[in-house]
Amino acid sequence: MFDRRQQMTSQKPLHLKTFLLILVMVIAGPLGNAFLGKGMKHAGKLVIWPPSDALHTGLRVFGTGSIWLGVASLLTFFLANLLVLTWADYSFVLPASSMGYGVVALLGYFMLGEPVSPLRWLGIAIICLGVFVVGQTSPRSPQRSQRSLESS
Amino acid sequence: MLEAILFSLIVVAGTGGELCVSRAMKVVGEVKDFRPLAIARVILRAMRVGWLWAGISMMALGFFSLLGALSFLNVSFVVPVTALSYVAGACGAVFFLGERVSPQRWAGLFLVTVGVTLVFLGNR
Repeated sequence: MFDRRQQMTSQKPLHLKTFLLILVMVIAGPLGNAFLGKGMKHAGKLVIWPPSDALHTGLRVFGTGSIWLGVASLLTFFLANLLVLTWADYSFVLPASSMGYGVVALLGYFMLGEPVSPLRWLGIAIICLGVFVVGQTSPRSPQRSQRSLESS
Repeated sequence: MLEAILFSLIVVAGTGGELCVSRAMKVVGEVKDFRPLAIARVILRAMRVGWLWAGISMMALGFFSLLGALSFLNVSFVVPVTALSYVAGACGAVFFLGERVSPQRWAGLFLVTVGVTLVFLGNR
């Protein structure tokens, strides 16, 4: 009885925490990719041979502020992903975070001025739907679930 | 041609890296103690597993391929195409980790493939 009451009172902050972290994932992941895209467009031609030129290319790429902003955003995404997976189901996090594909297209369009054709929007919507369907399946394969049942 | 090579590297090396890390963590075993010292011991144990280093190297290759692709392609094109890693991940899980994938999951992965094909066609 006490456990159930405690669970009921602790459910609301948990929902809020989950929502906030998924929001961080949906924004930070695409934002990181958008910053990487912006930085790489400004880094100029990538020459990787001979090795001395590869070093110069590396210094030029990692001397761009946008690249570091991108890396920081992607690290934020990974951290939020790891944290939310410690209590939320993978099958919930995966489809929820698939909205990031839509956000990256929006950022490409509004932040980087990329042309996004209607066919690409449709493709992105179908990818989100596909990830949603994947997320509805059990995170454990039937064989493994059976084995874990047998061992318990 | 360069586009195809970079996308293959992003999807195959990125997913291969994750599968190798997953295999390394299975060798290490389930983490039951979450105290900082215990987690540090788990990390040290994982660092002695060859699969972890193979995984990290492949993930780094995938990341640099992503940077290469973003240097001349639009981010709204590159990122949705990387969703193919779900398909590569499922195939890798079947052949490399011996997992079974349900028909519903294959259906979802088919939708992802259709979506990526449309994104490709929308770029022409």
